[in-house]
Amino acid sequence: MTTLTAKDKQTVKAFWAKVSGKSEDIGAAAVARMLVVYPQTKTYFSHWQDQSPNSPAARKHGKTVMMGVGDAVTKIDDLKEGLKELSELHAFILRVDPANFKILSHNILVVMAVMFPTDFTPDVHVSLDKFLAAVSLALAEKYR
Amino acid sequence: MVEWTDFERDTIQDIFSRIEYDVVGPAALARCLVVYPWTQRYFGGFGNLYNAAAIKGNPMVSKHGTTILHGLDRAVKNMDDIKNTYAELSVLHSEKLHVDPDNFKLLADCLTIVVAAQLGNEFSGEVQAAFQKFLAVVVSSLGRQYH
Repeated sequence: MTTLTAKDKQTVKAFWAKVSGKSEDIGAAAVARMLVVYPQTKTYFSHWQDQSPNSPAARKHGKTVMMGVGDAVTKIDDLKEGLKELSELHAFILRVDPANFKILSHNILVVMAVMFPTDFTPDVHVSLDKFLAAVSLALAEKYR
Repeated sequence: MVEWTDFERDTIQDIFSRIEYDVVGPAALARCLVVYPWTQRYFGGFGNLYNAAAIKGNPMVSKHGTTILHGLDRAVKNMDDIKNTYAELSVLHSEKLHVDPDNFKLLADCLTIVVAAQLGNEFSGEVQAAFQKFLAVVVSSLGRQYH
């Protein structure tokens, strides 16, 4: 995994500033897509009464996830340290297989393309992809 | 044999009848070369790939992007036998072009992103699932003749 360059960090922060106002919608859309396109991810949500992609629980989860992503943007200079507690949560309590971080990241990127087609240029795409990969790595830090 | 629902068949036909090949093809290939720069290894003869602007404006990239997308036409027309449809192309990519088949998935992901940007909200979760399933079958078929 590569480190984020200064340009990556700048690009991510600038893009996030543009889109963060819609972060709840982005999160809801990404989680909904994930549940539809990768149905195996539903196994983590068997405790929801309504597992449909646009259920209130799914929407709320999308909001939670994007709040985490927004938080990660502010901690972009030291994700490992900054996301330590979230990593512990995912490692010991949620026990989400880290392969799923890649799946959700992909769907976040698809939603960015749908909602911000002109702003989500290839340069933004590569920096955001690297950033989400770095966040995923930081989240997996405490697993073993 | 891949089982396709009516929705999946209709969705694939619909997408490919609506997208502009000479916009989507070049955009997808250019995006792939920017987002996954190691893929540039296969395009040494294409001239200036120095940065995103150069890649986007490169006429050889554009032309090749369109070619690739038209290559998908055969699968769109033969959804029930994509495996055999691409047997020759698979041999070509393996024996002549020496492309690591992992790269097929990278281009498929970029194509998904570009089509999503083109179709906007019409690219629903269900449509995305059908499109990704189609591309997964294509990717698998292209990798099948490698040994």
